[in-house]
Amino acid sequence: MFDFTRNHFELFGLPARFRLDAAALERAYRELQRDVHPDRYAGAADHEKRLALQGSARVNEAYRTLKDPVARAEYLLQLSGIDATAETDTRMRADFLMRQLERREGADDARAGHDESALAAILADVQRESGQLLADLESVLDGDDREAARMRVRELRFLAKLGDDLRDMQLAELDR
Amino acid sequence: MTLFQISEPDESPLPHATRRAVGIDLGTTNSLVATVRNGSPVVLPDLEGRTLLPSVVRYGEHRVDVGHTALARATEDPGNTIASVKRLMGRGIRDLADDRRYPYRLVEGEGMVRLATRSGIKSPVEVSAEILRALRQRAEGSLGGAIDGAVVTVPAYFDDAQRQATKDAAKLAGLPVLRLLNEPTAAAIAYGLDNAAEGTYAVFDLGGGTFDISILRLSRGVFEVLATNGDSALGGDDFDHRVFCWAIEAAGLPPLEGADARRLLTRSCEAKEMLTGHDAAPIAATLSDGTRIDLTLTAETFTAMTRTLVAKTLVPVKRALHDAKLAPADIKGVVLVGGATRMPQIRRAVAEFFGQPPLTNLNPDEVVAVGAAIQANKLVGNREHDDDWLLLDVIPLSLGIETMGGLAEKIVPRNSTIPVVRAQDFTTFKDGQTAMALHVVQGEREKVADCRSLARFELRGIPPMVAGAARIRVSFDVDADGLLSVSAQEQTTGVEASIVVKPSYGLSDAEIARMLEESFAHAADDAGARALAETRVEAERIAGATESALAADGDLLDGEERAMIDRALAAVRTAVAGDDRSTLSAAIDALNEATAGFAARRMNRSVARVLSGRRVDALG
Repeated sequence: MFDFTRNHFELFGLPARFRLDAAALERAYRELQRDVHPDRYAGAADHEKRLALQGSARVNEAYRTLKDPVARAEYLLQLSGIDATAETDTRMRADFLMRQLERREGADDARAGHDESALAAILADVQRESGQLLADLESVLDGDDREAARMRVRELRFLAKLGDDLRDMQLAELDR
Repeated sequence: MTLFQISEPDESPLPHATRRAVGIDLGTTNSLVATVRNGSPVVLPDLEGRTLLPSVVRYGEHRVDVGHTALARATEDPGNTIASVKRLMGRGIRDLADDRRYPYRLVEGEGMVRLATRSGIKSPVEVSAEILRALRQRAEGSLGGAIDGAVVTVPAYFDDAQRQATKDAAKLAGLPVLRLLNEPTAAAIAYGLDNAAEGTYAVFDLGGGTFDISILRLSRGVFEVLATNGDSALGGDDFDHRVFCWAIEAAGLPPLEGADARRLLTRSCEAKEMLTGHDAAPIAATLSDGTRIDLTLTAETFTAMTRTLVAKTLVPVKRALHDAKLAPADIKGVVLVGGATRMPQIRRAVAEFFGQPPLTNLNPDEVVAVGAAIQANKLVGNREHDDDWLLLDVIPLSLGIETMGGLAEKIVPRNSTIPVVRAQDFTTFKDGQTAMALHVVQGEREKVADCRSLARFELRGIPPMVAGAARIRVSFDVDADGLLSVSAQEQTTGVEASIVVKPSYGLSDAEIARMLEESFAHAADDAGARALAETRVEAERIAGATESALAADGDLLDGEERAMIDRALAAVRTAVAGDDRSTLSAAIDALNEATAGFAARRMNRSVARVLSGRRVDALG
């Protein structure tokens, strides 16, 4: 099918950097899927179907990784030999952790008082901080400061988890 | 078996033949079959002009009835008349805890519940196959020959076992299944193409017994499912039941049974349907003891008594939007599917929630079958101009593995675009451990006990090591139908022991083979002649595809390679003229073999073209 050893960026013909031309990624993804998706090979021989399946799954995986900024940053770090996803690595800035702790407490209070607007405010706050970290990430990662990038990636993961939890709380309020 | 499907969008790979492709909506209450004729989708009617086939199978003294005839006898022979079999697909007795009462007798069977009928013990797969066979025969009669390919729809919420059961049923009915397609996705295909719609859409599917909601993104010819949700125990039948209960109370009747209950339920359903176009509907019936019921149900009363049911549909809608990280205002249009969406209170609730009236210009009963037919037409190779779109689907439920403490570790999260291959490493927890038990589960809950168990298998032959040293890579592989296979492999030593599992609720291949044999034994047509005919069709197809491929990309081959393919091609052409199926099969296999390398090179060229941007404009 195609060269499975190419990295995600090469697969889509994009430069290996954090700043991304989202429209170009989208376009390359669709074009590749049009050609490798199993639907193209619905009536094909078994070995071709298998190739199409693997190729299409590979394209999906690459797209999923590059589309999500945090996953993209992790992947870039991984390409340069840094594992930002190791669970044993729990180092984080103290002021960052303090802020999240306060948000958790605020969310618990909001939930106890069924205060939907307070929940929404905390979520907006989390999204704001994530946006700031992402902007930072672009300068440190494309500027080759990998240690600073690793730290921000970890913090972004942390915020993403907190954001998910907040959204679950919002959903629970919806169902109430 | 088409070898080469890569072609420029404006060049048809097979100009000479239109293949018989059908889309089938295998519903809980009704089923339909549709095809694309001269570029337009049509739902195929039976000899009496009816398009809906009631999904009811009756095992009679000497024959099996399907559809209207079976439904007509349901009251007198409830124990042998199987309705709503879709609810039993891929389900064990313990799964049927919804307390829905079935008039027929259910027995525990291996992997899946079974039905005790006068014709013996039947699996839900066999019963569904009867329905599919009836639709296949209808289509063959209408299209004038064997079906080349079918797309069968399933609810978006069907799990792996239910999808596998559906695929098995189609196989048993003699249908070549090209693809299982989510029902709401099929509906979007029908609307997307007919209206050239772009944007994010919601598909609101309220059928007889189930409710599904899907959020889809349609853009530049690609359908993408962003999220799905639903309620498998909510449908139009529940509205009938509310009317039925209201009528009993309003008429001051004791609880009804048997034929009386059935009669009043039918009148209730008729009243419900009438209220779609009228402000009031009569409910009149005479019971077996002579009691006369004469009531009038107003639209207002009907709306009031079904308010909670309508509200219940909005919970999965909110959940799906939440998963897609969207607000109601982000939805560009709402597609209605299922006869129950004709009810004005449903349309009002949908309009109010989304802030816009829903799309209703296609028949909500037919829209799923129509979309499936369009997809089948494409997959079988009858491609039209402007038809170069692609469907990207997602899995509805997370897939994972049981870890220590009975917790489920998700490996493929729900709403992942398929096909998907995802692997995760696990390790041993005891010194010298040489085997590992793996339990594959599906669902969103943290505890394994709350998830659906799909399969269990063991990886043996792990070399003895200290605890935590072995690295067992577990790979999940979900194909374009949403069906899963799992394999496990020990990494550190290079020792490979991989196993592919089928879901424990699926049927074993031996079981399918036995059922197929039985069905062939009962079939009136000669299985051998049929098999030869099918192989011939396949041979024609592969030969034609090879010729088109040679014409387009013959320059990729050197003289020797070309000669080998030409020889294999000639052998197929010769064998097609003969009567020996095994010779023909062997010739097809040889041609497949001879062209394997060519196919890979063509694909490479095609990918290279995409990367160089040459085809972007042509595809636009």
